[in-house]
Amino acid sequence: MRTAGLDIGSRSVKLVVLRGEEIVHTAIADTGYDPRGVAEGLLDQAAWDRVLATGYGRTMAQLHFQAPSVTEIKAHARGVRQSCPDCRTVLDIGGQDTKAISLANGGKVAKFEMNDRCAAGTGKFLEIMASNLGFPLENFGAQALHAEGMQQISSMCTVFAESEVTSAIAGGADRREIAKGLHMSVVRRATAMLKRVSLTPEVAFTGGVAQNACLLRLLREELQQEIVVPDTPDMTGALGAALLAAESDHRS
Amino acid sequence: MSEANRRMWTELGLDLQAHDQLLSVLSDAYQQIHLSQKNRPESTSYFDFVMSEIHCQRIGELLQEKQQGRKLVGSYCVFVPEEIVQAANATLVGLCSGADFAEEEVEKYLPRNTCSLIKSSLGFKLGRVCPFLEGSDMIVGENTCDGKKKFYETLRDLVPNLYVMDLPQMKSEQGRQMLRAEFYRFLEAMQDLTGFQVDAAALQNGIRMVNEKRRAIHRLQSLRTADPAPISGLDALLASQIFLYEDPRRFAREVHKICDELEERIERGEGAFPANAPRILVSGCPMAVPNWKVPHMVESAGAVIVGEESCVGERGSRNQTGEDGETLEELMEAVIERYFQIDCAIFTPNPDRTEHILDMAKRYRADGVIHYGLQFCQPYLMESFGVEKALEDKGIPVLRLETDYSQEDLGQLQTRVEAFLELLK
Repeated sequence: MRTAGLDIGSRSVKLVVLRGEEIVHTAIADTGYDPRGVAEGLLDQAAWDRVLATGYGRTMAQLHFQAPSVTEIKAHARGVRQSCPDCRTVLDIGGQDTKAISLANGGKVAKFEMNDRCAAGTGKFLEIMASNLGFPLENFGAQALHAEGMQQISSMCTVFAESEVTSAIAGGADRREIAKGLHMSVVRRATAMLKRVSLTPEVAFTGGVAQNACLLRLLREELQQEIVVPDTPDMTGALGAALLAAESDHRS
Repeated sequence: MSEANRRMWTELGLDLQAHDQLLSVLSDAYQQIHLSQKNRPESTSYFDFVMSEIHCQRIGELLQEKQQGRKLVGSYCVFVPEEIVQAANATLVGLCSGADFAEEEVEKYLPRNTCSLIKSSLGFKLGRVCPFLEGSDMIVGENTCDGKKKFYETLRDLVPNLYVMDLPQMKSEQGRQMLRAEFYRFLEAMQDLTGFQVDAAALQNGIRMVNEKRRAIHRLQSLRTADPAPISGLDALLASQIFLYEDPRRFAREVHKICDELEERIERGEGAFPANAPRILVSGCPMAVPNWKVPHMVESAGAVIVGEESCVGERGSRNQTGEDGETLEELMEAVIERYFQIDCAIFTPNPDRTEHILDMAKRYRADGVIHYGLQFCQPYLMESFGVEKALEDKGIPVLRLETDYSQEDLGQLQTRVEAFLELLK
C-alpha cells in the first residue's frame, strides 16, 4: 500500500509517497498560477494507492481528485511527530501563513495560532523584501547572516516595511544590515505567536522558510533554546498528510 | 418585485437600483447558505418566508400601522427597552447592520479602522437601502462603545429624528440609578412621540408581549441542548435575527411551531447534523442579517453551532421582565432590573459575561468555543483574552477569530476553523 500526501501551498506543491513508513518518492514544484495542473502533474508521475491533500489548495484537491483533506496545521503536527518525535512545539512558516502549534503528549494538536489575513512575517514577506534589496531569495538569509550590524525595521506589515526599507536605502544603510533587520522582524512576530501557544521544548521549525539560516540563528538567539529543523522542512506537511492517509486506512 | 413594493420603497426614499442589488445579493446568499442545508426541520419554512419578504411584507405591515397612527422606532442595540416602546403604542425594530454597503461613502465620514457593524449601519443610511430606518419615526442610538457614540454624532446630521440614550458602564448602584433615569427619560420621549400616556396597565401589556416573544426563543434555545442538536446553528441564528424586527406575536406563534417539531425530532433522536458532529458555542460580537459568514463556515466544515453568546443570541434575549408589579413605578423597576443584567462588554469589570459563557458551554454541551470578534471592536476583542483563559482553565478549547464582513480572509479563516474542529475530534 502506497499512500501519498499532497501539500498544495501558495508557493509550491509538495508530494510525498510512503510505503508503510518508508519514504519512496518525493517531489516539489512551483505552484505558479495553476495549482491544479501542477498537482496533477506531480500525482501522475508517482505510483500511489491513496492520497490525502493539505495546504491552501486542499479544497480544490477534494473537488478534482476526490482526495480527502486535512489542514496544514494537522499535517505539520503529524509530520513533526515523525521527523522530530520529541518536539512539543512547531513553528511553520510557509508562503503566505505563519503558524505556531503546540502539541499534546502523543503529538495531537493542543492549540494553535495563525496570522489572520496579511502576509506579514511569512515567506511572501521575505520574498518581496529580498527582491527590493536585489538579493536572490536563496541567498537572502546567507547575506543577512553576514551583516555586521542590524538596521532596525519596526514594521511587520509588508507594505509599511517596504517604505521603511526604501527610507533606509535612501539613508545609505547597508543592504545586508537592512536584510538582517527584516529577518529580525519576522522572528519577533513568530516569537510572539509561539509564546501565545506556550513554548514547551523541543521546538521544531518547519515550512520552506525554515531553510533560511539567518532566521534560524536569530530565532535560536531570541528564544534562547535549541530549534530542531527536519531534513527537508518544506516537505513536513506532505509527509504528515501521507502518514495520515495511511492511518485513515486503519480506522475505516 | 411587485409594483406595490416598488411604490412603497420609492415613497420611503430608497435608492431603488442599489436596493435591488442588495436584495439580489441577499437572496443569493440565503439560497446558497440556508436553503442548501441538509435535514432542515420543515417548519423552518417560516424563516424562508420572512427572509424572502425581508424588505416587503414586514415593512408593509409597519407602514400600515403608521397610517393608523402607531409609531415606528428603530434601534441598533438590545439595551433599548422594547417593553416601553410597546407600552407607548409604538413598535420597535432592529435596524440593518450586517453587510458592507456604500463603503466609499462611509469612509468620507468614518475612519477605515471602524468596525464593520458601525460602518454597515452608516452604509445603509448613506446608500438609502434600509426601509426600516427610512420609515422610523424615531431612531434610538445608545452610548455603548466609543465607536457607536461617535457614529451617532455623525448620524445626527443625516437623520431628523435621532434620540441618544446614555448607558452606565459599571454595574454599581450609581450605574443602576443612571439606567433608571435614562429609562424614565426614554419613557417621556416615547410618550412625547406617540402622545400616549403610559400607565401601569399599558406597561404590563408591553412587558407581557415581549416576554411572550422571549419565551418562544428561550424554548427554542433550550431544545438545542439536546444531543444531537435538532436544528442547525444557522437556522437558530435566523430566529435570533428575525426576533429583532418580526411581528412579536407571529414570531412567538411560529417559533413555538418550530419547537413542537424539534421536540418530535429529539424524541426520534434526529439531529440536523450527524450525532458525532462537534458542538460549538459561538461567543462575542453580534451577527446581524446577513452576516452568516462564520456560522456558515463552521457548519459547512461539519460542526453544529449549539448556542450564541451574543446580542443576537442569548445575551440579548435571556431573562424575562417581571410582570407582577401593580404600579407604573414597580413595573418600570422590573424593566430596569432586566436590562441592567445585560453583560455587554462595555461594562467594567464584566465578570458576569465570562460566567455566562462558562454556563452556556456546559448547558449546551459544547465541545469548543469560538470567540467571534469583529475587527476594531475593542471591547469584545479585549475581553476575548480573559474569556479564552477562563475557558481553557476549565479544559474547554477556544478559537479566537477576528474578522469583518469582507470575504478577503476566507482562506485563512477556513484553515483556522477546520484545524480547530480537527483538534476537537
